[in-house]
Amino acid sequence: MTSSSPILSAFKQALSEAWAGGAGLMLPLGFFAGTTALVPFSVGSEAELLSRIGPGVLWLALALASFVTLERVFQADLEDGALDIWVQEDASISMIAVAKTLAHWLISGFPLVLLAPVFAFILQGSMQDLLTTMLAYGLGGLTFFLWGGVAAALSASVARAGLLIALIALPFYVPALIFGVQTVNDGLEGASFLFLSASALFALGVTPAAMGAALRLAAD
Amino acid sequence: MISYLANPSRFMGFSRRAIPIAGVLGILMVGWSLYNGLLVVPPDEKQGGDLMRAMFTHVPSAWLCMGLYAGLAGSSFVWFIWRHELADVAARAIAPIGAGYTALCFVTGAIWGQKGWGSGWHNLILGDSRLMSVLILFFLFLGYMALRAALETRQKAARAAAILAMVGFINIPIIKVSVDMWQTTTIHQPSSVLSIGNSEPRSEDSGMNPVYLQQLLWGFGGHSLLAAAMIMLIMRSEIHDQRANRLLAQKLGGS
Repeated sequence: MTSSSPILSAFKQALSEAWAGGAGLMLPLGFFAGTTALVPFSVGSEAELLSRIGPGVLWLALALASFVTLERVFQADLEDGALDIWVQEDASISMIAVAKTLAHWLISGFPLVLLAPVFAFILQGSMQDLLTTMLAYGLGGLTFFLWGGVAAALSASVARAGLLIALIALPFYVPALIFGVQTVNDGLEGASFLFLSASALFALGVTPAAMGAALRLAAD
Repeated sequence: MISYLANPSRFMGFSRRAIPIAGVLGILMVGWSLYNGLLVVPPDEKQGGDLMRAMFTHVPSAWLCMGLYAGLAGSSFVWFIWRHELADVAARAIAPIGAGYTALCFVTGAIWGQKGWGSGWHNLILGDSRLMSVLILFFLFLGYMALRAALETRQKAARAAAILAMVGFINIPIIKVSVDMWQTTTIHQPSSVLSIGNSEPRSEDSGMNPVYLQQLLWGFGGHSLLAAAMIMLIMRSEIHDQRANRLLAQKLGGS
């Protein structure tokens, strides 16, 4: 059980960091709400149009939210020396990275799942398959944050990495985005839900090793 | 041959002679295929008339940009496992050339699709799954180069970029599948050069006219040689740069 303690503490620390980063949960909620409020201004308020593009806009907001928070995830550990200590203690850097990424997803990605019913109402989306929509935002967001975590870990030692992370991570977001949108459209019965789950599992399998390798290199 | 050239000084000796040969030969072959493709062969009305002449650049660059990303991932892998300095130099040199051919493939595809796919072409370009896959490949190349440029030390940049290239490579099949699922009705024609794997028998006019195929293969061979020459040229300048730095460090440190 000794090995789980740095992982757990990193998770808790990341959670409290993200929570304290501004106004706690109000910040991501405000971000998603603000993005949603801009949509009618930018494309017009016809109900038909809004219900068509609304979910897509929320997916984009989810991707942007991941970029905004991931910029600092690993940078702070590098600056305050936590990363060096983890490397010295031979802690599992991969698991720590996953724990931190999950914590940030919980704070900045998960609120969209909770808010999905509200946004579906505002953007005139269908209210029938709310559970499917929420599941899709959850799985898709998790996949986004994991791949974004790889990009953040790779650019941990770069000073202003925000745009760099976005450029690196965008191609990796494509599958979860496509499968997620299709899951929202097709429901749980379609093949796209299976593909979405598979890509989330794939990210969960591949990204820890990549994040670990990238962070170990940043600590050198 | 690869292990023979893994020695930098042998690589320098080889590339000094190989670059002019491959470059001149490549330019001649590309020129020959362009001359024939643009001026000599008859236009195919079904493929958009004269616009189908974009094919003689589009198809070779499509093949080449995929091959170059595989080459980038392969040399990153070799560098990551065996720390072969030349492999990293190669990966670094492949990236801009690969990005260039990806852009070329996308642009020529867009030009060709302009008439070949009928009116409202801009919707069709961004709605075609195969062209969008190429565009995403372009962003993978771009991200690789941006990451390399952002990291300060050479060693760090090489390691981070190698991780990115390998992670990107295992993702390409998934991206491809997802983009294919996104638009199931592609307007892009199925590949018609290699008919292996196409189980349905081809009708008379769907196979590629050998007149076109010949120019296509000239173009592919020429562009491959040209890309190899450009990559070796960048590798050489990189090796010269490293040597100069080492000499400079010796001079400053040795006194």
